[in-house]
Amino acid sequence: MAVAALPGEAGPDVDRTSLKTKLRRAERVNRARSFSLVAPLLLFVLAVFALPIGLMLVRAVENTEVRETMPRTIAALDGWDGRATPGEDVFAAFVEDLVQTQKDRTTALVGKRINYEVPGARSRFLKAGRLVDAGGGGPWREKFIAADPEWGSVEFWAIMKRAGATFTPYYLLTSLDLRQDAQGAVSRNFADQSIFVDIFIRTIWISLLVTLATLVLGYPVAHLLAILPPRHANVLMILVLLPFTTSILVRTTAWIVLLQSNGVLNDILLALNLTTERVQLIFNRFGTVLAMTHIQLPFTILPIYSVMKSIPPSHLRAARSLGAGPLTAFVSVYMPQTLPGVGAGCLLTFILSLGYYITPALVGGPQDQMVSYFVALYTNREMNWGQASALGAILLLITLALYALFNRLVGIDKVKLG
Amino acid sequence: MQMKSLVPLKSLKMTLSALALSASCGAAVAADSLTITSWGGAYQTSQDEAYYKPYTAKTGIKIVQEEYNGEAARIRAMVESGNTTWDAVDVDAATAQQGCDEGFLTPIDYSKFGGEAAFVKGSTFECGIPTIIYSTIYAYDADKIKDGPTTIAGLFDTKKWPGKRSLQKTPFGNLEFALMADGVPADKVYETLKTKEGVDRAFKKLDTIKKDIVWWEAGAQPPQLLASGEVVMATAWNGRIFNANKVDKKNFKIVWDGQLLDYDLWAIPKGVKDLDAVYKFIEFASSPEAQAAQTKYISYGPALLAATPLVSPDILKDLPTAPANAKTALANDPVFWGDNKEELLKRFNTWIAQ
Repeated sequence: MAVAALPGEAGPDVDRTSLKTKLRRAERVNRARSFSLVAPLLLFVLAVFALPIGLMLVRAVENTEVRETMPRTIAALDGWDGRATPGEDVFAAFVEDLVQTQKDRTTALVGKRINYEVPGARSRFLKAGRLVDAGGGGPWREKFIAADPEWGSVEFWAIMKRAGATFTPYYLLTSLDLRQDAQGAVSRNFADQSIFVDIFIRTIWISLLVTLATLVLGYPVAHLLAILPPRHANVLMILVLLPFTTSILVRTTAWIVLLQSNGVLNDILLALNLTTERVQLIFNRFGTVLAMTHIQLPFTILPIYSVMKSIPPSHLRAARSLGAGPLTAFVSVYMPQTLPGVGAGCLLTFILSLGYYITPALVGGPQDQMVSYFVALYTNREMNWGQASALGAILLLITLALYALFNRLVGIDKVKLG
Repeated sequence: MQMKSLVPLKSLKMTLSALALSASCGAAVAADSLTITSWGGAYQTSQDEAYYKPYTAKTGIKIVQEEYNGEAARIRAMVESGNTTWDAVDVDAATAQQGCDEGFLTPIDYSKFGGEAAFVKGSTFECGIPTIIYSTIYAYDADKIKDGPTTIAGLFDTKKWPGKRSLQKTPFGNLEFALMADGVPADKVYETLKTKEGVDRAFKKLDTIKKDIVWWEAGAQPPQLLASGEVVMATAWNGRIFNANKVDKKNFKIVWDGQLLDYDLWAIPKGVKDLDAVYKFIEFASSPEAQAAQTKYISYGPALLAATPLVSPDILKDLPTAPANAKTALANDPVFWGDNKEELLKRFNTWIAQ
């Protein structure tokens, strides 16, 4: 931006402007240079991370099925008051749409969408498609209701009208075990259809258990790593890092071999007469938390270790020389200084645990499956991508909310990874 | 799919196609090879022996094998991304139906196969050519249980045969078994399941063995669970049990009462590069000789009527379609499951997690 020189102000001002411009230009070049250094990473993150996630998240509320394939019906339903079965005009428009969807082979797609909210609708749509294919003329209203009285249902048409909107809260509500009735009022879903809230709570609970277990097990290891002479510390460090060189799948499967009813651990327990019958160690919560803790341990240990490494040993010696016992010195001088590492390690493990999929699927029972399992189920098997993406969106929100809470309580600026 | 999405699908498609590519590197590009996807394990081996190897020997066309676990989403993602790398897929009836409804499978030209009448009645689909008739049964280890069960009720009888049972982690099949074990005749099962009381009744029956159930998800698991002694009985696909007996010399006994018949079909994803080449392969795989040959490697019934007379009697007795085995068989109803899957799956998952 050039500063316009006012009339009457000559000479020095012009010089100053050009100097400013030069300075700015130099700065701009510098900034461009540093930006070009981070640009590849930024673009990479945007292209393969932010963009696909954003696009998938839209699917949680996207509602194109009915709007795109049944425009005439939706337009005709616009004028419907929702009190009695719609009139012939709606049915006629519906038939026109059906003729088109039969041609495009999309009838089942609309049926599938409505089937989420009205079980059985899918085959009703397919039958209606065949009815239309058979030809003949109106009036269609009577014909449809004669074929299946459900076509006269006010609730059905109310849901149909709602399904024609651009966005739908259906998937998000279902993910929270809520349902919307035909009038649009939101209430709790039926008990035998309510599953997701429990799963979210379970996901958080398992993650907390794993975080706590890695902290209890990892803290002494990190301390040992920090105080051992380098020669021994290196060996120990290799042991901590070694699991990283093995695939997560292999490590999980190894637990199956160890823990199953006829597995190594049960054989040992029996041989030592510690139990009289084989103990169920796998396909339950115990197996899940154990295997996850094993995988997450390094993630908790390393940040704690690097913070411990930076604490001068003189602090402890000073505390001792001032009269503190070994325990007091450790608890009130050493431990508070390790908190930033503890915070970082625990946060890392907790957030990673929230997204676990393969480990609970392999070593957990049905009561131990976490949200990711259901995201995969709806993506791969049920092909209900709206539901999958709604579950993912809520998990993402929960993660962000917990992160914000952590930030509020501990302060993210106090967290140190090293 | 003709629909426009709110989301600019292009970019998503790019990501998906990258995924699809990485999932199937080495896939067919030219017509001198075909990429064929099936369910892995003993079943895919039987296809390799009966179809792929002879076909390569005959035509010189290489068959690239892929495995999946029935995830229709992988086919859909591939088709939507405009990068179809699977030339033919072995699908179950539900996927054949769904793929046709949602437009990611190619409608089949049955004139190439001698019309629909050449196959077992009811097994032909608009977007799938039936290849085998398989069955979900339950089996036990006869070395461990001497006086084994003979009816479907035995699966639920923990008094007489205590111990863990392994069932597939899906409502499909289990609800039918529960009702039949509770005394509902095979031809009344889906009628009963259409009512709320019927579903309640099935879950109530499942409740009686819930704490004894170990759930399986991949077809190879039930024989392993039986062999390791983790469970005393397990539902399974009959060919997997047959194979464990044949190859691993196990002594597993199949209980045919109340078996649930289903079909596997060849499906062609939309957008394959050389449709004719795919058809030629499927025609080969649907010849009576090839279908009869497959029964030597796995005990699934040929879907082609002309193949059955070529099957030797000592193999025939192990097929789910053998008259002695099929007396109380129930045929899967894809229409029922298409309508009620959403609701029953959620209810099943709620039930399982309690």
